[in-house]
Amino acid sequence: MNKQSYDLVVVGGGPAGLAAAQEAYDQGVRDILIMERDFELGGILQQCIHNGFGLHFFGEELTGPEYAQRFMEKVAERGIDIKLDTMVLEVTPDKKVYAVNSKEGMLEIDAKAVVMAMGCRERTREAIGIPGSRVAGVFSAGTAQRYINMEGYMPGKKVVILGSGDIGLIMARRMHLEGAEVEAVLELLPFSGGLTRNIVQCLDDFDIPLRLSQTVTRIHGKERLEGVSVAKVDKNLKPIPGSEYYIECDTLLLSVGLIPENELSVAAGIELASVTGGPIVNECRETNINGIFACGNVLHVHDLVDYVTEESKLAGKAAALYLQDKIVKRDKEINIIAGDNIGYIVPHKITEKIEERKRVDLYMRGKRPMENAQILVMDGDKKLFAKKERFVKPAEMISIPLPEKMIEQLEGSTVEVKIVEGGE
Amino acid sequence: MEDKVMITCVSCPMGCDLNVEVIDEEIKKVEGNRCPRGVEYAKAEYFNPTRVLPTTAKVKGGILPLVPVKTAKPIPKGLLEKAMREIAKVELEAPVKLGDIVIKNVLDTGVDVVATRDLAKK
Ligand SMILES: Cc1cc2nc3c(=O)[nH]c(=O)nc-3n(C[C@H](O)[C@H](O)[C@H](O)COP(=O)(O)OP(=O)(O)OC[C@H]3O[C@@H](n4cnc5c(N)ncnc54)[C@H](O)[C@@H]3O)c2cc1C
Ligand code: SF4
Repeated sequence: MNKQSYDLVVVGGGPAGLAAAQEAYDQGVRDILIMERDFELGGILQQCIHNGFGLHFFGEELTGPEYAQRFMEKVAERGIDIKLDTMVLEVTPDKKVYAVNSKEGMLEIDAKAVVMAMGCRERTREAIGIPGSRVAGVFSAGTAQRYINMEGYMPGKKVVILGSGDIGLIMARRMHLEGAEVEAVLELLPFSGGLTRNIVQCLDDFDIPLRLSQTVTRIHGKERLEGVSVAKVDKNLKPIPGSEYYIECDTLLLSVGLIPENELSVAAGIELASVTGGPIVNECRETNINGIFACGNVLHVHDLVDYVTEESKLAGKAAALYLQDKIVKRDKEINIIAGDNIGYIVPHKITEKIEERKRVDLYMRGKRPMENAQILVMDGDKKLFAKKERFVKPAEMISIPLPEKMIEQLEGSTVEVKIVEGGE
Repeated sequence: MEDKVMITCVSCPMGCDLNVEVIDEEIKKVEGNRCPRGVEYAKAEYFNPTRVLPTTAKVKGGILPLVPVKTAKPIPKGLLEKAMREIAKVELEAPVKLGDIVIKNVLDTGVDVVATRDLAKK
């Protein structure tokens, strides 16, 4: 076996991996390797050709490939080592990274620190269990996106899309503009998981109907998809008998959620959080295994790549501090608790002291849409502060800064965040 | 002439539904906006809705058969489908550089269509 060693190995060359590697370099680490299974860097952004990326981070609207290229250039300028077409197979708890590629064969890389940045994958028909025949023409929205935007192949002509998250909405517009008939976008929930802007500019602009509280109950066809049965659902999201109708179509795109890709993490002994499906991390994005960090969609599914970049810079910096032996534990571990109306919060705990740090940002998602909400940050029973939000949407991540001074002065060992209705 | 339309403001995540009343090419009333930006949005969206068009163009001899492109600035919404047809006629030759002009002044809008990534030769 081909043996090599690096101070820092980054698994995955998407925006998360690129930003983590760049930041670690800028903090003084020189011996860095990025390992990517695809033939190029950039991750999923290379297929997200639409605009809307980078408003937070660069203050301008970029397309996915433009955003990716900026970070690919930063990594190239720094001369960071890259292995493409290289599949990472295993990461051990003592940070040996096993991988394979066609040039070098099996690789064993001895790393002092590892950043996990493998991104996420899409839930499939199997994962949501739609009954009916096994036919061609049923794709995940992301697969269709790659076919159309990178490989130049149209999956079909008459399309139904299940799931109204941003990827589903973007694909509705894309397929329409490429000449397909998009019959409808169906959403199980009573509200869309996508940005309002995407509903307007991807559906309304082209009179594509959005049907809420509906789902596909059956797939029809022999070899190729011929149509789908659709039903309305009740409050418990169960199909309402008698409400079924039929839509003729040759293509069904599923945009029914993303799951962090954590097979490698589990095998490495990394503990996962049940809500996010990603590792449990402290504010440095360090997992329960010292020196193994996680960032980007592998940690929790982000809707904005800008947040992926911010988070990955934290992980990259922390990896550098770890390698330089500059991380100091706090006397007291602080657990971050997702209270009422909050789906989850990352990080899960605050455990380190870091020089010159002014604050720790907590990233969270609301459980349901709410108007005139108030976000309460609690130290045990004591209210630390409240922040008003005019509108909370599960689709849009909220970030709340926790000043270092406040962390210093906490009485208890937990910080709970909850969302309540109405400003007081 | 009188016109009543519904426009969803997308200037912020609230996404207010605006009821807009237009008389003789002038906006007389906007309802449903939670802030003044809604009125500005309604004006722009009623009289001159524009969009950036991201799509792909064919490439010969590249590592991929397509390169992503976009209109460098927003173009009138009504021209999106026509612009798609113009872009479909193009075939570039690899290598392509990010920012390369794919179509100059597309449909006389004064806006160029540009490539949004580098694409190396095969
Ligand atoms: C289909 C889809 C569409 C999206 N659309 C948008 C959008 O419109 N706007 C937006 O802001 N965000 C969008 N996102 C989310 C956005 O792309 C992410 O925020 C961002 O790309 C996440 O970056 P990442 O680096 O964590 O993951 P990714 O970009 O997925 O990168 C992960 C990388 O790791 C590599 N990898 C995984 N496992 C291994 C392994 N074992 N060995 C080697 N390499 C490995 C993968 O090949 C990939 O290149 C979308 C996500 C998906 C899945
Ligand atoms: S009207 Fe104001 S509050 Fe409503 S969506 Fe537009 S900018 Fe937001």
